[in-house]
Amino acid sequence: MDAVVDFMSIVAIVAGAAFFAAGTIGLLRFPDTMTRLHALTKADNLGVGLVILGLLPRAGSITAGIKLLLVWLLVLFAGAIVSQLVGRVASREPPR
Amino acid sequence: MIDALNAGIALLLLALGAYAVMAKDVFAALVGYIAYGLLLTLAWMQLRGPDVALTEAAIGGGLTGAMLIAAATRLRDRDAAARAPMPGIGARVLAATLSAVVASAVAWSVASLPEPAATLAPQTLAAMPALEVGNPVTAVLLGFRALDTLLEAIVVVLALIGVWSLAPDKAWGGRLGRLQHAQPDGMLAYAARILAPIGIVIGMYIFWIGADLPGGKFQGATLLAAMWLLVWMAGLTDAPAVDRRWLRAMLVAGPLAFVAIGVFGAVQAGAFLAYPAGLAKPLIIVIEIALMPTLTLVLALVLVGPPLREPER
Repeated sequence: MDAVVDFMSIVAIVAGAAFFAAGTIGLLRFPDTMTRLHALTKADNLGVGLVILGLLPRAGSITAGIKLLLVWLLVLFAGAIVSQLVGRVASREPPR
Repeated sequence: MIDALNAGIALLLLALGAYAVMAKDVFAALVGYIAYGLLLTLAWMQLRGPDVALTEAAIGGGLTGAMLIAAATRLRDRDAAARAPMPGIGARVLAATLSAVVASAVAWSVASLPEPAATLAPQTLAAMPALEVGNPVTAVLLGFRALDTLLEAIVVVLALIGVWSLAPDKAWGGRLGRLQHAQPDGMLAYAARILAPIGIVIGMYIFWIGADLPGGKFQGATLLAAMWLLVWMAGLTDAPAVDRRWLRAMLVAGPLAFVAIGVFGAVQAGAFLAYPAGLAKPLIIVIEIALMPTLTLVLALVLVGPPLREPER
């Protein structure tokens, strides 16, 4: 049972890290603000989500697990708001 | 594995430091500096200093970064100094040499520290039961070195007075900062409505948990200040006028309460800031609670800046 949980944990964290890597490459390589935002939000939402999913079995207590989930929800919320705000400013400026 | 991680953090810190110093664009340098602060948080966690890590994340990365961005934005439009030509090669070489000398001196002193390093940690832990707090950092900051914390609390108030002294004459008595122009039903206002209550609860939690676990008034107050700043930037509230009596009373209340408790110690326990036996924990809590509003106000208002609008009357 422990081995299965560990395996799931590792798979989720590695998948999360892969999303971060992809998001970072996108941030560096994509041509304009909107597409870079698109890359960034995938890393934020799925990357953090998967890493936290992988960490949950290792949290040790229910409250620590709830705190981890809260971190994810706050990152989701802040990421969504910030990309909206950045996107709005970018859509006003002439593209470069 | 962990060694590789630590080496990676150290190399990235050096690279980000170099980037922040060498970036031509001020904003790029600031982004580098903020990333540097966040990475430094990780480094402190690796050094098992969660208290320092929390402070670095809240104040070093967060608040200082926001202050520098605000300063850069203000300088960009009107100050010629921000667009001044690069200093000559001689000045740059001199600055680089001086920095290298200072850095080598610091590196040399760190490397020549005795092994194991001289420490007061055992004495601190041995004396802690008298204070009845569980977090050694809190015991040091509010027990054994409370004088430092008192001076720190006074210094932040002085810093705010320094910011206010930059006010133009005709704006003295007016509201602090500029009027914010966010849409009342826009995205930022929505974020402020949802995030502020959550942030206030987390800020109070970090403040309260400081007695026994990493946390405390400074980190908690930074979060509360950030939440107020969010609400202010979203246009849901306005900054107070600089001449409000309640504002000034709250700014000095924290340090004054701290001094009063110090004098109480001088009378009751024989030394300034000494705590009478059995009263240590309650007095520490009173100091923390008294400092919280002062710190929150100072940290938020330093970012808002001096009064810039004429008084409304």
